[in-house]
Amino acid sequence: MKKTSEHWKLAPAPEDRSQATIASHYDLFIDGKFQKSAKGKRFKSINPADEKVLSEITESTDADVDKAVKAARKAYEGEWGKLSGKERGKYLYRIARIIQEKARELAIIESLDGGKPIRESRDIDVPLAAAHFFYYAGWADKLDYAFPGRKPRPLGVAGQVIPWNFPLLMAAWKIAPALACGNTVVIKPAENTSLTALKLAEIIQEAELPPGVVNIITGHGKVGAAIIGHKDIDKIAFTGSTGVGKLIQRSIAGTHKKATLELGGKAANIIFEDATLDEAVEGIVNGIYFNQGHVCCAGSRLYVEESVHDEVIRRLKHRMGTLIVGDPMDKNTDIGAINSSEQLETIQKYIGIGKKEGASFYQPACSLPKKGFWCPPTLFTDVAQSNRIAQEEIFGPVLAVQSFRTVDEVIKKANNTPYGLSAGVWTDKGSKIFNLTSQLHAGVIWANTFNKFDPTSPFGGFKESGFGREGGMHGLAAYLDF
Amino acid sequence: MKRLEILKTYKLYIGGKFPRTESGRFHAYMSGKKHVANVCRASRKDFRDAEGSARSAQVDWWRKTAYNRSQILYRIAEMMEGRKEQFIEELILQGHTKAKALAEVEKSIDRWIYHAGWCDKYQQLFSSVNPVASAHFNFSVLEPTGVVCLVPKPGEALLGIVSMIAPAIAAGNSVIVLCDLKSPLSVITLSEVLHTSDLPGGVVNVLTGELSELLPHVSVHMDVNAIVYAGDDKEQLKSLQLDAATNVKRIIKVDSAELNSTEDPYLIREMSEVKTTWHPIEQIGASGSGY
Repeated sequence: MKKTSEHWKLAPAPEDRSQATIASHYDLFIDGKFQKSAKGKRFKSINPADEKVLSEITESTDADVDKAVKAARKAYEGEWGKLSGKERGKYLYRIARIIQEKARELAIIESLDGGKPIRESRDIDVPLAAAHFFYYAGWADKLDYAFPGRKPRPLGVAGQVIPWNFPLLMAAWKIAPALACGNTVVIKPAENTSLTALKLAEIIQEAELPPGVVNIITGHGKVGAAIIGHKDIDKIAFTGSTGVGKLIQRSIAGTHKKATLELGGKAANIIFEDATLDEAVEGIVNGIYFNQGHVCCAGSRLYVEESVHDEVIRRLKHRMGTLIVGDPMDKNTDIGAINSSEQLETIQKYIGIGKKEGASFYQPACSLPKKGFWCPPTLFTDVAQSNRIAQEEIFGPVLAVQSFRTVDEVIKKANNTPYGLSAGVWTDKGSKIFNLTSQLHAGVIWANTFNKFDPTSPFGGFKESGFGREGGMHGLAAYLDF
Repeated sequence: MKRLEILKTYKLYIGGKFPRTESGRFHAYMSGKKHVANVCRASRKDFRDAEGSARSAQVDWWRKTAYNRSQILYRIAEMMEGRKEQFIEELILQGHTKAKALAEVEKSIDRWIYHAGWCDKYQQLFSSVNPVASAHFNFSVLEPTGVVCLVPKPGEALLGIVSMIAPAIAAGNSVIVLCDLKSPLSVITLSEVLHTSDLPGGVVNVLTGELSELLPHVSVHMDVNAIVYAGDDKEQLKSLQLDAATNVKRIIKVDSAELNSTEDPYLIREMSEVKTTWHPIEQIGASGSGY
């Protein structure tokens, strides 16, 4: 096939990485200052686009975790706990403002560290992170209004563990509501993507947040488990895989710890014949290829009404051919680097499974950089509902397509999954939209759009996609006893 | 000549029918030294049947209008009022004084009225239109969690059970009530009330049995969405929480005394899921943001 992208050769438009400062190594942010670990073991954090080392990150020990929790407890029982909601809010506003001021630097680091296109870090991750702090800042002195008839109180020390797909944004989703509600925090970013969280630690220092209110400690999964298992943690907030979420749910059984879990997904994206097909094709692309498909709510199962199936696939393949895969720092890039070699292996394993299961495989021709971790946008048609690529979360740019004939059939198929995080519907008929949106079992439904996020909009899943909501007024419930 | 009294057979309530337990097992329920009834000791299979009924009933129950659900809950109160004397007698058999029995029955009837009123109101209280910073109409509503198992505190005969069922079905869930054998009489009579109140079969299912025997099956069942536990047994709660991870069940711990003494809609909220819907707003001549 002819390379469509050749028609669209664009001059390189690289972002200037000198606008960001990354230290050669980072210590742990505990009790308001960067502190050395008890043992001082470090690991390398690399740029997945060229495999070069960006910085060295500290592997926390149990003693470090304990120190962080103690600092958080001290702050909760001390200065922070005594502060009025209004004053708490003012700190959060400050943090939001500093994130806005440093938006360019944060976006550059996010793309270097995680491999996502700079356009996405710049236009989505970083502005949304600032907006999240700004939104929850305003709630801090208005909590009583969110729970009529009740007097909400903070829970205490929150232990938070976040994934590598939206590193800064997930930190904001976790920290902002926790602080607005009067809690203190010990948070661990994912080992592959710690840098923007550590930058956030610097911002928190600059905002003069009282020491111990936010503690940011780094390391692998073991460190997360130590935070969650620490006896003086009152609240667990976790975003990650359903597998780990289940382990966490088990691990806190019989304790006083409250939890919210934001887990995996396998969203159905449903295209009806009366949809505006070009818009739907954009929605499909945004649904599955946004952030390399490293999105828990990605529209990874596509259902197309039989009468337009071939036409949609034709247009989709054409559109896929125009997607630019490559340097995340180039402002024209649509699909950046896969976050890690491990994740690339997982994705390739699933592509192999899809082929073996007999689905028709398609990738547009594109030249990939020699170094780094890459996967072109991938499409499987002729997929069966029982195929593993239609059942399991791949967390990569791999789309599984099925067709359908009736509304009842597609609702059944869409709901036939243990997950229930998100779904998409494309049709020009309003009454059909509401029929679908009311019957799909998912926490977020995008109608004639996909992968939109906002701090005022609650996010979270049904069924095995977890429980609790983040964002909006409903997100407050996760951090309050009421 | 003295008339021979007709004794009541206390059966289970599954899918709108009153079967005996498939296991054929019974529990001799004694009121003091007096043998009152041979109550069913439900089995794992009974539970699986009840769960299947609950699942198939849930969708249609939620599809009824909120107004209709409200009227059905009100109807339950009407039916209970008419059988007040029977409930009082049974509560006395289960150890209540007459005064306490009367108070509990009246409170239970009123509890139905209270939640009947919520059916078409809680949505307005807990929903929101979200002012997103883009040209989208974005709103969040509550939807039922699905199939919910209710575990009243052993010994709770009526009010403690009504206080769990009413908010659960007001929220559009279907339920399986797992009632311990300590005071199993009123809950079965309650199911007869439910049966004659236009409540579709399967929305509420009632099993009487040994909790220690049933709960290990309930907690690992893949098609149960939530368990509401009102008991005080910490070990039992812990094992529910452990097993719940099998399918990320929601375990909701409630305090029985608090549940009986307070009326509010928060349990409706806890037995619901928040669903958020986005839709673009056309940009031609428009403002560029939502609401």
